[in-house]
This record gives sequence, C-alpha cells and structure tokens, in this order.
Amino acid sequence: MTAADVTAADPGTTPEVASRKPPGVIRVAYRMWRTRVGTLIVALLAAIALFGHLIAPYGERDAVGLPFTPAGKTRKHTIFGSAKVGHDVWTRFLYGGKPILIAAVLATVLALVLGTLVGLVAAYNRGKLDDVLMRTMDVILALPQIISALIVISMFGATTILIILTVGISTVPRIARVTRGAAISVVERDFVAAAESLGESRFRILRSELLPNIAAPLLVEANLRLTFSIGLISGIAFLGFTPDPGAANWGLMINENRQGVLGQNPWGVILPVIAIAMLTIGTGLVGDGLSRAAAGIDRSKGGDL
Amino acid sequence: MDNALTITNLRIEVAGSGFDIIDDVNLRIAPGEVLGLVGESGSGKTTVGLAVLGHARRGVKLAGGDVMIGDAAMLALGDVALRQARGRLVTYVPQDPSTALNPALRIQKQLIEVLEFHNFGGSDKARQERVVQVMSEVLLPSTPEFLRRYPHQLSGGQQQRVGLAMAFACRPSVIVLDEPTTGLDVSTQAHVLATVRDLCRAHKVAALYVTHDLAVVANLADRVAVMYAGRIVEQGTAAELFFNPSHPYTRHLIAAAPDMSTDREMVGLRGRAPGPGRRPVGCSFAPRCELATADCRAEFPAEREAGPGRLVRCIRPFEIPQSTQHVAVHSSPIAASATHALMVRDVCASYTGHEVVHNVDLHVDRGECLALVGESGSGKTTLSRSIGGLHREWTGEISLGSERLARSARDRSTAQRLRIQYVFQNPYSSLQPRRTVGDSVARPLIIGGVGKTEANRKVGEMLERVALTASYANRFPDQLSGGERQRVAIARALVSRPEVLVCDEVTSALDVLVQASIVELLSELRRDLGLAMLFVTHNLPLVASIADQVAVLADGKLVESGPTEKVLRHPEAEYTKRLIADTPQIAAAVET
Repeated sequence: MTAADVTAADPGTTPEVASRKPPGVIRVAYRMWRTRVGTLIVALLAAIALFGHLIAPYGERDAVGLPFTPAGKTRKHTIFGSAKVGHDVWTRFLYGGKPILIAAVLATVLALVLGTLVGLVAAYNRGKLDDVLMRTMDVILALPQIISALIVISMFGATTILIILTVGISTVPRIARVTRGAAISVVERDFVAAAESLGESRFRILRSELLPNIAAPLLVEANLRLTFSIGLISGIAFLGFTPDPGAANWGLMINENRQGVLGQNPWGVILPVIAIAMLTIGTGLVGDGLSRAAAGIDRSKGGDL
Repeated sequence: MDNALTITNLRIEVAGSGFDIIDDVNLRIAPGEVLGLVGESGSGKTTVGLAVLGHARRGVKLAGGDVMIGDAAMLALGDVALRQARGRLVTYVPQDPSTALNPALRIQKQLIEVLEFHNFGGSDKARQERVVQVMSEVLLPSTPEFLRRYPHQLSGGQQQRVGLAMAFACRPSVIVLDEPTTGLDVSTQAHVLATVRDLCRAHKVAALYVTHDLAVVANLADRVAVMYAGRIVEQGTAAELFFNPSHPYTRHLIAAAPDMSTDREMVGLRGRAPGPGRRPVGCSFAPRCELATADCRAEFPAEREAGPGRLVRCIRPFEIPQSTQHVAVHSSPIAASATHALMVRDVCASYTGHEVVHNVDLHVDRGECLALVGESGSGKTTLSRSIGGLHREWTGEISLGSERLARSARDRSTAQRLRIQYVFQNPYSSLQPRRTVGDSVARPLIIGGVGKTEANRKVGEMLERVALTASYANRFPDQLSGGERQRVAIARALVSRPEVLVCDEVTSALDVLVQASIVELLSELRRDLGLAMLFVTHNLPLVASIADQVAVLADGKLVESGPTEKVLRHPEAEYTKRLIADTPQIAAAVET
C-alpha cells in the first residue's frame, strides 16, 4: 500500500464529529410522551410528599373539628373536611407521602446495590459461587414479599429502618436475576477477555466492563421495583404497621378513614388513594418508556410516540 | 433459450425516505445456470436475493421493476399466490443452517411440511418417496433412523444439506442461495458447492448465488455479476470476468482476494461504499477510484457492452488502477537470537476435562509470522487462548523469551501480560461499546504505569500508525466500521509495544477489501516493529500472503509445519494436501 493510500481520508465516513455517546436509554426514553407524562406525575407527587408540609394549613396532629365532617361544617376552615380524630384531611394528606416515598426509594436503592452486586458476581464467576448465590436468591424469592415483610415487622416492630431493610432485601433477588441474565451474555464478549488478558482486577471488570453494558435493563428493573415498593410499603402502612401510629401516612390514612367513605366525608380515603395510584402510574409510565427505549421499540418511528 | 429468471430495472428503496438501496438492476439467469452475485456487505446483494422471492425486509420497499420467474411476475403476486410460489417456483437457502432449521422438528417432518404445503406428489406415499429421493440427491443418508434426527444431531455441513434438500424438494425453477457456505469448513464447503452445481445442472434449476467470496464464485458460477452501492457494475462469464476484469472495482476485489497460487500481495482499498441517501450523483465508485475523472462524477455511467455477453457501468473499462498492480515485498527475518520470542513446548489443552490439543510444539522468532491453520474444532483457538492466558486448562510449557509463563493471565506479571497481546476475531465484540476508542487503547498503557498525558499522546501516535487519525480517540465503537474497529483493536494490542502478537482469525468477520488492508497493515507493522506474530486462521490463501511459517493443526495435533512456500506448494501430510485441494482458488478456476 502506498503512503497516500494509508493516509487518505475515508470518503465514506462523515467528517470529524464531536464525541457522541451512543444514544443512551434515558435520552431515547425522553422522546416518548409516556416518559414525559410519567416524569411530570412523579415530580408533582414527589414535590407534594417532600415539601407538602411546608404549605399545610394546620399541624399534623391538630384537630379541626369532629371526626369525618365534610368541608364547611368543621370548626375551623378546611378544604376537604376532617378525618378520624378530627384531623384536617388536606393537612394529613400533605404530610402523609413523605414516609412512603422515602422508604420506597431507599429500599429500592438498597436492593439495586445488593442485587446488582450479587447478579454481576454470579454472572462473572459462574460455577459453584453462581449456584450458591442464585439458590439463596431463590429461597428469598419463594417467600411472598408482603408475608416476609409482615413476619419481620410484627416480630421486631415497625421501625423505618426495618421496613426499608425487609422491603429492600426481599427485592434483591429480583434485581439479581435480571442483572445476572443481562450480564451473562456480556461476559461472553471478547472485550471482557481483552480486559482479563491485561490483568484488570475482578472488581474493575464488573464495574467498568459489565455494568455499563447492562445499564438499560437494570434501569428498567429498578424502576419496576420502585413501583412495587411504593405499593408494598403503602400496603404495610394500611395494615397498621407504621413507625409512628399518630403520624400521617397515606397507607394508614386509607385504613383510618374507611368509615368516612360511607359516612359524610370520603375525602380522607380518596386523596391518598389517588396519590398512591398516581405515583405508581407515574413511575410505571417512566419504566414503560425506559423499557421501550431499552428494547429498541419505536426506534423506526423516531421514538416520537 | 428462455430465461428462468429475469430481473428488469429493479429498484428498492428505504421506505419513507425514498433513498435507493438498489437501483436499475437487470439480471437474467437461464435454466441450469449459476449466477454469482458478489459485492461487499451493504452492497445490496442480499436485498436483490430476497426480492427474487418477492420479499422485502422491514423498512424496505420494492419500488419498481419486474422479477419474472417463467411467466410469474413475483412483484405483482398477491399474498396467497406469493406464498404458493415460494418453495415451489423459487426457493431460498439462507446463510446459517443452524438457525434456519426448526430445532424442535425432526428433519423428516421439516421436509414433508414443505411438500405438503405445496401438495407435491399428491399422496403421503409419494411425498415419502420424494423425501428419500431428495435426501439422496443432496448426498445424505435416507434411512428412517437418519430422517428421525433433530437438526442439532447433524453437523453444520449436514444441516446445510438438509437446507438444500428443502430448497430442491418441490423441484423449483429458481433457487436463491445466500452465502450458504460461510460458516462451513473448506472441505465441507467444497462438497456442498459440488452438490449445488450438480443439482442445478441435473434439474435445470437457475441459481442465484449471493456471496462475498470471489474464489467460491470463480469455481461455482457460470456467470458473475458484481454489485457496488446498489448497482450492478459489471457482469459477464466467470472465466472472462476474473481473467480480465473491466470495472476498476472488480479489479480491486480480485486484487484484495487472497490467493495461494501466486506471489502477489493482497491489496486493500480504503473507504466505504456510500450508503442509501449518501450516494453521489455520478458513479458511486468514483470517490474511491484512482481513475475517476470529472466525467465520472457528472452522471452514473449507463450499462454498456464490453465484449460478448459482458456489461459494465464504467466509462473507462479495462483501464488498470495502479495500486492493484502490487508486487510482494518479502520481509527479511530479523537475525535469529538464541531464544525464540515465543515458544510452545509439549502443550496439551483440554476443555472441561476433554483434551482437545495434544502435545503441540511451536516457536515464533522476532519479526516472524507463524500461521496456525486448522478447521473449526481443530483446537487452534484453544491453543491461542492458552498462549494469551485466556484459557487455563493446559499443561506443558509456554515461554516468552526466557521466561516461562503461568497458566492464566491473572497469574502472570504485568510486564509479561503487556509483552504478549491478543487481537480477537470479532471487532464488533472486542471493544467495550460504552468506552471511547481513546480510553480503550490507553488502558494497556495506564496498567503499565504510564501517566495520563503521556498515554494520550501515545494513543494518538498509535492510531495514526494503524492508518486512523488521532481524532478517533474521542469516538465510540458504534461510530466505526468493522475495519476501523479492527484497526482500533490492533492499536490497543500494539500500544504497549508487545513482543508477541496473537491474531485470532482477525479478518474472518470482515469484507474482502477490508481484510486485505488489515493484512497489509499487520505485515507492515510486523516488519517495522519486529513483532513475533502468531496468525491463527482457517483461511489457507490468506496464509500465503502473510506468513513465513505455517503450522497445520488437525484434531488437536500438529500434522505439518514448515516454511509457507514449502507447505503450500509441496505439502507432505495427507490432511494438508486435502485441505489445499478443497480450497477454492480464483487462478485455478480461471485457467480451466
């Protein structure tokens, strides 16, 4: 080959372009309306849950009148009337999201960290370690999440830490399975062998070679688990297991105010039900957008669905 | 003679955008004739093959022209009629038989299904007889025991024969074969090709053979059509076309094809064929053509006669591009030192307890290239991975210079790991897709303790060295073509200045023109850097243009080794002789 041939610019390629990451799953997902709507819903509810108490008209435990009194008939002015024990529904609603959202997010983060680690180690090492880890995961998976959570909480008490731990740990196997499944095909690829031949450490191979290449399915699964955790923690609260029975909590509110539904003031149930439903729908929409982006659906249409 | 298949003015577009994938394709095939359709990947040859069956992949639109099989206009048929025509009038043999056959059905059932769908023979008994008959036509046993097997119980060659049997079952008049021998060993390939040729002749079936392998076409086809960027740039009889190509692109293709019978060095061609929507107004080959003039860029040349039965789309046919006239420059091996750069002594390697490599001895000196040749399953990859420290189940001795190497890369010292580098077969899987080219190439340097700025400078130099530019450092692998990726992989292997380079089938995933330029690059780097190179391949012709020494591996045993000249011209082992005889060669085919 002559020197001119070697240095001749490649006519087929585009001229020098700036560094461009392969379009990530998040970027693709954000071209879809479902992801945008989902994000908007989640953002709104997260704002209510985290900062709602700042605009609450009364204190969390202040009485505004008799129990289950519709708006207008309460002693003090209310928008949605009063709840059990005469609390203001609107105030309790603004306070009640925080414990659920924070516990759900922390439980999911815990599950994501442990589950990813277990899944990656199992996929990379295979053999006996893989068997031991994954069979352990199967054992945890065999117990329905709500049952294991109730057993632990009823034994040791419903502290926030314990709720996060039980929900988080019972979620680990699900994330570990997805991680392992996605990582196994990546382990077979030659760039992992190339890293091994250079003597990269095991941890570096897990972190820098495997993890970036399973980010898409992992993101989808983490989102799905967040949705489930919100439902689960609300459910546990509904059954009465909350760290502070006097404090406001959406799950607990639904239980407390059941009588009001058939009585004069159903708002004590309607508001938290809508909030939990919207939160799960919102995270679900985001998850759906992410999974479509990860699977490459809608790519032919430019993803403008 | 009436043609079995006539394609006129076929145009296929990207649905929606209207960009042409292929345009103005005209082909005719007579009964019993084999037409080879060659071109690099992305040239549209498979798209033409599928259009013959009236099929367009998703996102692709059959936009104009006619495909006539006898009296049937394939593009005008309705869904039902089309389904009837496929399998009966025209059949298809896909590339990979292991995925084309239904793994859950016995082969008898798969064959009967085709016949039943087309109501061939009229009765179950007649169909049973036809199955037995067609099995013997494709030279497979037709015993009930064999027919009851599942696809996974057959070898690759047998699976492809079953594919052929399904294609020939209903006695079609046209058969489309899409690279049917790509995954097969040369000896299996030779037998499958002979079967295809004999069946087409005997049953007057017109065959469209789609491939990128010129040597296969030279041996099999009566006529050849060369495709480039969606157009047929040249067609003619195989002998004439290969003996005296008229289009410069054809000349480049032939110059790039490895050939063990001549002393010619392979010559590659840089650049990429323009994709749909990016094609220039004039001749689409003009940007890569040395002979291109202003007239070439003005409009696409029409098909013109270039001799009896020959058509070419070039305004300057038969002119010869300079760069295709390259004579081999033989490297002078660096004076042998007392110790070999790489020595393999008495190595046995096993796979899950099963020994697949038996007592192999090899050695490579500095500046020397040893080709390790073998068919699939010969243990060549296991051996090369053992040398690279990627496979740990082996015994014996592998030494680098005077140092004996540990079994796995993890147990070797960093210096040892950097002194022996590995280039993988598939450039699409050997680069981490989420890391920039620069970071991937810099990794061996960083591990070796080189500072970040110094590493970046060396990466830039190395990228230039493999005929890319330093700006590639900022790109991600998915922005690169296969050839560019392989150059990056080579840069990563060489950046730490290793003494030994192990190349495992590094060109088998690449097109012929790209393969040639990679081989050129490797030869050049070996000369300049004094590398000891172990070149693992199944491709014998490739060996002739790259290696000084050859070692032939069969069933895990070393059957023959020696200087390339001697082994290829005067092989001693039976196995090598057979391997050479089965390897299709352009020169030999043209002479006969």
